[in-house]
Amino acid sequence: MSKMQVSMTVNGTAVEARVEHRTLLIHFLRDHLNLTGPHIGCDTSHCGACTVDLDGKSVKSCTMFAVQADGASILTIEGITGADGTLHALQDGFREMHGLQCGFCTPGMITRAYRLLQENPHPTEEEIRFGISGNLCRCTGYQNIVKAVQYAAEKLGGKLKEAAE
Amino acid sequence: MTEPTSEQRTQSLQGLGCKRKRTEDIRFVQGKGNYVDDLKLPGTLYGDFVRSPYGHARIKGIDASKAKALPGVIAVLTAADLKPLNLHYMPTLAGDVAAVLAEDKVLYQNQEVAFVIAEDRYAAADAVELVEVDYEPLPVVVDPFKAMAPDAPVLREDLAGKTDGAHGKRKHHNHIFAWEMGDRGATDQAFTQAEVTIKELISYQRVHPCPLETCQCVASFDKVKGELTVWGTFQAPHVIRTVASLISKIPEHKVHVIAPDIGGGFGNKVGAYPGYICAVVASIVTGRPVKWVEDRTENLTTTSFARDYHMTAEIAANRDGRITALRVNVLADHGAFDACADPSKWPAGFFNIVTGSYDFPVAHVSVDGVYTNKAPGGVAYRCSFRVTEAAYCIERAMDILAQKLEMDPADLRMKNLIRREQFPYHSALGWEYDSGDYHTALQRAMNAVGYRQLRTEQQARLAAFRAGKTRELMGIGVAFFTEIVGAGPSRNCDILGIAMFDSAEIRIHPTGAVIARMGTKSQGQGHETTYAQIIASELGLPADDIIIEEGNTDTAPYGLGTYGSRSTPTAGAATAMAARKIRAKAQMIAAHLLEVSEYDLEWDVDRFRLKGNPESFKTMKEIAWAAYSNVPPGMEQGLEAVSYYDPPNMTFPFGAYISVVDVDVDTGVVKVRRFYALDDCGTRINPMIIEGQIHGGLTEAFAIAMGQEIHYDEDGNVTGPSLMDYFLPTAVETPKWETDWTTTPSPHHPIGAKGVGESPNVGGVPCFANAVNDAFRAFGSTHIAMPHDNWRTWTAADNLGLHAA
Ligand code: FES
Ligand code: FES
Repeated sequence: MSKMQVSMTVNGTAVEARVEHRTLLIHFLRDHLNLTGPHIGCDTSHCGACTVDLDGKSVKSCTMFAVQADGASILTIEGITGADGTLHALQDGFREMHGLQCGFCTPGMITRAYRLLQENPHPTEEEIRFGISGNLCRCTGYQNIVKAVQYAAEKLGGKLKEAAE
Repeated sequence: MTEPTSEQRTQSLQGLGCKRKRTEDIRFVQGKGNYVDDLKLPGTLYGDFVRSPYGHARIKGIDASKAKALPGVIAVLTAADLKPLNLHYMPTLAGDVAAVLAEDKVLYQNQEVAFVIAEDRYAAADAVELVEVDYEPLPVVVDPFKAMAPDAPVLREDLAGKTDGAHGKRKHHNHIFAWEMGDRGATDQAFTQAEVTIKELISYQRVHPCPLETCQCVASFDKVKGELTVWGTFQAPHVIRTVASLISKIPEHKVHVIAPDIGGGFGNKVGAYPGYICAVVASIVTGRPVKWVEDRTENLTTTSFARDYHMTAEIAANRDGRITALRVNVLADHGAFDACADPSKWPAGFFNIVTGSYDFPVAHVSVDGVYTNKAPGGVAYRCSFRVTEAAYCIERAMDILAQKLEMDPADLRMKNLIRREQFPYHSALGWEYDSGDYHTALQRAMNAVGYRQLRTEQQARLAAFRAGKTRELMGIGVAFFTEIVGAGPSRNCDILGIAMFDSAEIRIHPTGAVIARMGTKSQGQGHETTYAQIIASELGLPADDIIIEEGNTDTAPYGLGTYGSRSTPTAGAATAMAARKIRAKAQMIAAHLLEVSEYDLEWDVDRFRLKGNPESFKTMKEIAWAAYSNVPPGMEQGLEAVSYYDPPNMTFPFGAYISVVDVDVDTGVVKVRRFYALDDCGTRINPMIIEGQIHGGLTEAFAIAMGQEIHYDEDGNVTGPSLMDYFLPTAVETPKWETDWTTTPSPHHPIGAKGVGESPNVGGVPCFANAVNDAFRAFGSTHIAMPHDNWRTWTAADNLGLHAA
């Protein structure tokens, strides 16, 4: 299988690699870069476990090829934690509000909520529910995820900083 | 500095009853969980299955030559390769066998036919496409009601001539077992004398637990040492180890089974699947680690299913609403192999909990299991074994009886609920319910939602509908359930002969820090947090100083795993018992340090103190140090204990749920206006986690009641085998949950806890179903089958003539 050169910024670090054309971005992140935070939960772009932030948009990384991300700037859950290990308000919020159980949806869910709060720093409950509806959770019933996002929105007071940028 | 009060000391322990934040979250929120597919061993190969497109077909030939020629492909395994090892079939928990790779025939769509092993996932997937299988399609049986027709095709040719199954006589070539319980004669007699009877076929559709992480494993065989290590999504890792050793003939001490973090289980990850066996064989053959990760379609169509229970329920009652007998006949569709994950002696699980929360003087239940051309399984999807089927059956039947008697469903329940003074209660179908206060729970639920006002509002809505002023009907769902969890006492519960105890081992280090290990395995339930709380309260050491480890079968004591809400009733009990052994030794050490008799000491939160002289004490921390430095003469050093807990009985959590829905008869859209859930799970270890479990269980109940179905067409094709069609609710559809509780401790559990994870699914499904049915009750409809998706609800309205101009 022929390979192609890609370069991108992942969590603030420049990355260069040769990948097959057909390599999915999620496999590139997980298998080549060892970023195992984003997960794989389906094969039809429904679950959002693989969500990453790509050039300021939430993207399901199972639904694009690594080569399509050439030149892009990508943020994964690993980059949302501060470089010094401090947790982002969303990460705090998910723990404080019991917004996770098995944790499998959590990286994608937090990464999605991160972008949602950039787009809308003071979302209503309905806006949160709609805003995370591309991410499925089988454990929590979402009620505490909504609270976790509200917790973070409040804590950030609408003042959001882009992580790793 | 003044000594902190006992309340302050209690609080600082973060023990029983507090909303302790979860230990495991710290890694999960950073994407640092360690799930199976995250594991990367050097030289790992990837396995992928060639699967049958047919529901029933003869395999006339398999040609893997093109696949093998593909660069990166190492090998292709078929039944012919496994047969010499006697591994082409594997034993099931239900006493049957299941094909690992199909030999002569495939019996359901997507059944495993060949296993491709390649250098990477992509090469494996390419090779799967290149394996050519020559099939001759055969007639398909998907309807369980047709499975035992005299001329039904023979599905299991491998069982030819076997008239005895694992649970007695088989009456037909597609029959698996017949099972019954209760007093048939007395029940029949009660029906003959009954003033009122009802009878309804209540089917619970085939569904799938669908955890967000699919089933997966990595097998690594070390040829030099002859040792096998398997990391996998195992809810019961010790059982997997024993089974792996028995079927591979590798001695059990050389089989290392590890369940790392698990992304949800809900019953899906209890059993053993062909992927595990093939990965193990592939690793033995190649000498390299082999990873197998199923995709979502494979998950939904092959690794188990749940329900597919067709229950004909009859109730006999007096005209005043007093119930006199229950009779239930069940046809159970087990698919192509009987791979039900039940305790060995219970082919229909604990379905005999079907008398529910009501005082039936007599009852009889019979279950027939049949083979069909569908995936094998029959797991307990977020419930104890077949309990959600039973709860759905009795709760629907009670509503149908109420309708016949023209009684309010809540009033009918109030009249027949088991009374507080009847506990411990012996049910007509053989269980001893440990404790309960049902009337208080239901009354509290009715008060909380304003039940009588809701009924008045419903009447007004109905009048408006009849007057043509609205097209919406209102439904009120009432459900009262009794769960039976914590399997179970060794006298009646085992898995492949191994008693269903569970275990805990606690070791206290000199500084008072603790490591504890259990035989269970969390898949999101938060064991790392809650077990530490039990220990904190029992031993007076802060929960934050306690590490809980599960899933490594080399280090954890043997246990039967986590499913059927058994962790708290069994391993939670073992944890308390092990801690009490430690405390007994600690008391002797404290007496030695204080130079008094141990009988002069009393326990106070985190210390032993001298009776009548609270200034004189030794804290657990001090005692821990002394256990390694200054023990009484003749005593061994160290401070640790292990407990294997064989529960004297199951525990019986219960609850009262009420929901309110608005049904648009023209679109079939059902809007959930309100859902109130009152749960009683006995002593509450961590209210935050309990509430989370209830939210999750209710959401799964909502999914099942309102949309989930693994549906087969008549040719044996699964019609919606991906998340495109299989309903997993998003945050938008999911209702808001109101939770409440009462506390009736279990009298036989060391801390009075009963288990909670599955209750909301058991009570939630009938509560939704009763609400939708209730909306149509005034039009003479007795039972509309699940799932209540828009189309079915619209059709129900149409059948009742509600769309006529
Ligand atoms: S893995 Fe499910 S949407 Fe990407
Ligand atoms: S926490 Fe398990 S899927 Fe969301």
